[in-house]
Amino acid sequence: MVMLRYAVYRFFTMLLTLLVVSVLIFVIINLPPGDYLSNQIAELQASGQSAGVAKAEFLRKEYSLDRSLPEQYLIWMGFWSGPHGFEGLLQGNYGWSFEFDRPVSEIVGDTLWLTVVVNLAAILFVYAVALPLGVMAAAKSRTWIDYTSAFVGYLGLATPNFLLALILFYYGHRYFNLPIGGLMDPSFEGQPMSWEKLKSILVHLIVPTFVIGTSGASAMMQRLRANMLDELGKPYVETAIAKGMAPSRMLTKYPLRVAFNPFVADIGNLLPSMVSGSVLVSVVLGLQTIGPTLLTALKTQDQFLSAFILMFVALLTLIGTMISDILLVMLDPRIRYEGREA
Amino acid sequence: MSALLSVRDLSIGFGSGPSVVRDVSFDVEPGQTLALVGESGSGKTISCRAALRILPRTAQIRSGTIVLNDSKGTANLTELSERQMRGIRGNRVSMIFQEPMRSLSPLHKIGNQVSEVLWLHRGASEAEARKQVLNQFDRVGFPDPARAYDSYPFELSGGMRQRAMIAMAMVSKPELLIADEPTTALDVTTQAQVLGLIKELQRETGMALILVTHDLGVVANMAEQVVVMHKGRVMEAGPAEPILNKPAHPYTQQLFDAAPQIPDREAVGLPMPDEDLILQMTGVSKTYTMRSSKGWKADKLIHACRGVDMKLARGKTLAIVGESGSGKTTAARIALGAELPDLGGEVLFRTTGESEPITVHNMTRAERTAFQRKAQMVFQDPYSSLSPRMRIQDAMTEPLEIHRLGTTAEQRDKAAEMLQRVGLNSDMLKRYPHAFSGGQRQRLSIARAMMLDPALIVCDEPTSALDVSVQEQILTLLENLQDGLNLSYLFISHDLAVVARIADEVAVMRRGLVVEQAPPETLFYNPRHPYTKALIAAQPEPDINRPIDLKLVALGAGSPDSWDDAFRFSDTVIPSLVELEPGHKVRCHV
Repeated sequence: MVMLRYAVYRFFTMLLTLLVVSVLIFVIINLPPGDYLSNQIAELQASGQSAGVAKAEFLRKEYSLDRSLPEQYLIWMGFWSGPHGFEGLLQGNYGWSFEFDRPVSEIVGDTLWLTVVVNLAAILFVYAVALPLGVMAAAKSRTWIDYTSAFVGYLGLATPNFLLALILFYYGHRYFNLPIGGLMDPSFEGQPMSWEKLKSILVHLIVPTFVIGTSGASAMMQRLRANMLDELGKPYVETAIAKGMAPSRMLTKYPLRVAFNPFVADIGNLLPSMVSGSVLVSVVLGLQTIGPTLLTALKTQDQFLSAFILMFVALLTLIGTMISDILLVMLDPRIRYEGREA
Repeated sequence: MSALLSVRDLSIGFGSGPSVVRDVSFDVEPGQTLALVGESGSGKTISCRAALRILPRTAQIRSGTIVLNDSKGTANLTELSERQMRGIRGNRVSMIFQEPMRSLSPLHKIGNQVSEVLWLHRGASEAEARKQVLNQFDRVGFPDPARAYDSYPFELSGGMRQRAMIAMAMVSKPELLIADEPTTALDVTTQAQVLGLIKELQRETGMALILVTHDLGVVANMAEQVVVMHKGRVMEAGPAEPILNKPAHPYTQQLFDAAPQIPDREAVGLPMPDEDLILQMTGVSKTYTMRSSKGWKADKLIHACRGVDMKLARGKTLAIVGESGSGKTTAARIALGAELPDLGGEVLFRTTGESEPITVHNMTRAERTAFQRKAQMVFQDPYSSLSPRMRIQDAMTEPLEIHRLGTTAEQRDKAAEMLQRVGLNSDMLKRYPHAFSGGQRQRLSIARAMMLDPALIVCDEPTSALDVSVQEQILTLLENLQDGLNLSYLFISHDLAVVARIADEVAVMRRGLVVEQAPPETLFYNPRHPYTKALIAAQPEPDINRPIDLKLVALGAGSPDSWDDAFRFSDTVIPSLVELEPGHKVRCHV
C-alpha cells in the first residue's frame, strides 16, 4: 500500500520533471542565433536561388518558426493550436527534420528501440560483471584476486572505447566468427521482427555491449569494493559471523545489501552517460543507435530532430531514476518507514 | 578437566609486531560468570574473541590452546577448521557486542536476524524458528514479541536492541555466552536492567558467561571469577570476592582508586550561592517540531527542554545529569547561544562580577564577540573534535586568530603555556592529533578551550569516552584549572559518580524537565524523586555486598505515569519544582 502510493506519487513527479526538462531543452536549442531555415534562406539568397527561398519560407510558416518562442514551444509540445490544429509531441507528431527532409519519426524509427536495447544490454553487463567482482575484491582485499581485478579494471577504464572496439572486432571475427559492425545482418534491415532477425541482433550485440560496458563496469566494481570494505568493518558483520554463517551467504545477505544502495541509485544516471558516451563507439561500430543522429542534428541546428532525441534521452533517464527510487524504497526499510512513529 | 572453557598460555599478535596478548590463561566453569577486566588496550576483547576466532584479519593466535568442553563434546578451538568453527559459533558459544545500535543489520527485520541462528544450526523451518524466537523474545522482556519480530532495528531503543541481541545469542541455548562490554553504550538505568536480565537468564539456563568490561561496578554485580588484564597480560585472577575486597596487585588497586564512587556518607551540601552569578537561565524551553511525513497528520511537537531554571555562580560547577534524550545537551547548547530558546526563556551571562549582564540570545555584535571569548566548550569525543589535518599549534592558535589577538609569536607562546598547564609538553605543538592518546587529546581539547581565557566552560560528557584511570586524571585537571583560574563549569554527564565528585550543584533531568536539583551531598544522601533514586540505585558499585537494587531501578526508570501520584506528570499536567529544604528542589505535587 505504502509502495503503491509512493509509485503513483513518483510517477506524477516524473511527469512534472519531464515538463520542466522540455522547456529547458527547447530554450537551449533556441539559444544560438537563427534556426535551420533562416540559415538556409540566407544561404540561398546569397546564391540567388529564389525557388528554394520560397520553399523555405513555406516551411517556416508550416512549422510556426515565424511565431514567438513561447508559442513555438506550446505548438511543439501540442498544448497550442498550430497551423494544422493540435499537432505536437503529445499528439504523437514529432516534427520535421529539415536536414534529412523527412519526418523525425521516420528518421529515428528503428534506432529508438535499438538504442534502448544496446544500452540495456550494456547496463546489464555492467551489473553482471561489477557485482561479483566487486564483492570478491572486497572479501579478498589485499590478495592477488583483489589486485588482479583492480588491474584489469583500470585497464578497462583506461583503454579508449573505440580502440577496444576495433581490437575486439578483429579478434572476435578472427577466432569466433563474430560479425563486424551494425546491429543486425543487413538483409534484415527494415524487415519485420522474426526469430532469425532477433538471433542476428543478439550476435551483433556482443561486441558493442562489451565495449560500452567495460569502463562503467570497472568504475562500478571499484566503488562497490570500497563500499563493501566500509561495511565489512561494521559490527553487524561481526554479529553475522558470530552466528556461524558461511562467508558467502553472510556477504550477500548483510553487507552487500547495505553497500548496494548507491548502485541501485545509479541506474538512472547510467543511461544518459551511456547514450552520450557511446556516440563515438556507435560511429566506429556502425551501430544504428540514436547517438550519431543526435550529433548531426545538433551540429546543423536541426531543431525538431535534436529536441526530440534529447526529450527521448531525458525520458529514459527519468524512467531510470524512477525505477531506482522505487527499488530503493523496496530494498531499504529505513527509507520506507521514514517518519513512521516507532 | 571439568572447565567449560579452558584458555592456556594464549598469545596473540598483529602481523609481525610484538604480541598484544601474552600467556593468558583462565578457566570458565559451567554456569559461572568470569569477568575480564581491563582498560582499552589491555587485550581483554581480543582474548575473548579468540575463543570464537573472530579476530581482525591481520591478528594471529601465536601460541596456546583454547579448549571447549561442553555437553556436546570436547573441541580444541584453536585447531578446528574454519568450517568446523562455524558449527561452534552461535550454537555452542554465542557472543554479544558493545554497540547494540550497530550490531544488527539495519535492513533486515529483527525476527529474521534472530531466527537465522536456528535455521543455520538446527535446520529449523521458518514456522518452528518463529515459535521459538517469539518464546525467547518473551523471556528477554519484549512486551509484544510478535510486533518485535516484525520490527526493524531502527524502530527499537538501544536497550531493546540489546535485548534482541541477547535473544539472538540465547535462542540456540549455548552453554557459554561471551558478552563484550554489553552495556557500555547504554544508559545507566537500562544497563542495570540488561545486567539483571542476563543474570536471570543465566540462573534459568545454567549457562556460563564471559563478561568483558572496564567497569568494576559491573564486575561486582555479575562475576564469580575475575581476571584483571593490563597490556596483554593477566595481572590478577581468582574469585571475585577477595579481589574486589582486597586487591592484591597494585594495578587492580589503581583501578579501584580511579573508579569514581557515589559517596554514601551523610552530609549536607551548601546550596549554590546566589550572588555573582555568571550564568542564569530562566524559563528556558525548547520545542522541536517533527514534520509529519503524512500530510494529513498533525506535526509532532517534541519538548526537548521545559521551563529550565538554573543558576551558576562564578567559580562553581553546575552539573546536568540525565539519560540520552533527557534534554541535558539541549539545555547546554542554549546556554552557549548555539540554540535559540522558545519565546519567554532568557539566558543571562556576566563576564565579570561587576559587569552588566549580557542577554545571550539578544546580543549586539560587540557583546557576541565578548561572549564567545568568555564561554567555551569541551566536547565528548576527543577523537573527532580535533581536525586530523591540523597541527596542534594551528588548532590551538585558531581561536586567537579568529579574534585577532596578539602576534604570531605571542599566540605560539600562549599555546605552549596552555599545553604545559594541561600537563602536556610544549614541544608537542608541531604534532598532529593522531600522535596522541585519547586522554591526551582530551587534554588538548581543554587547552584549546582555555586559549581565550574563558570564564565559563561547558563540558559535554568530557570523560565518557575515556578509561577510568584517564578519566580520573582529566577530572583532577579540570578541578585544578578551576581552583587556579576561578573557572565556572556547566558539566553535562550521564554518570552520577563523576558528577558526585566535581559538581557543586546537580540538576537531574528527565524528558526535558528538571526533576530534582540539589547539591550532590544532599542529592545522594537524601534523594526524593523516584527517578533520582533509580539513577543512584542503577549505578553499579564496585562493592560485592551492594548489588544493584533492580526494584528501585524499575520503580523510577519507567515512564512518568508509573511514578507515585506525588511525582506523576503527563504532557499537560506538570507539577512544579518545589523547594523542600534550602537548595533542594524536587518536582512534585505538594
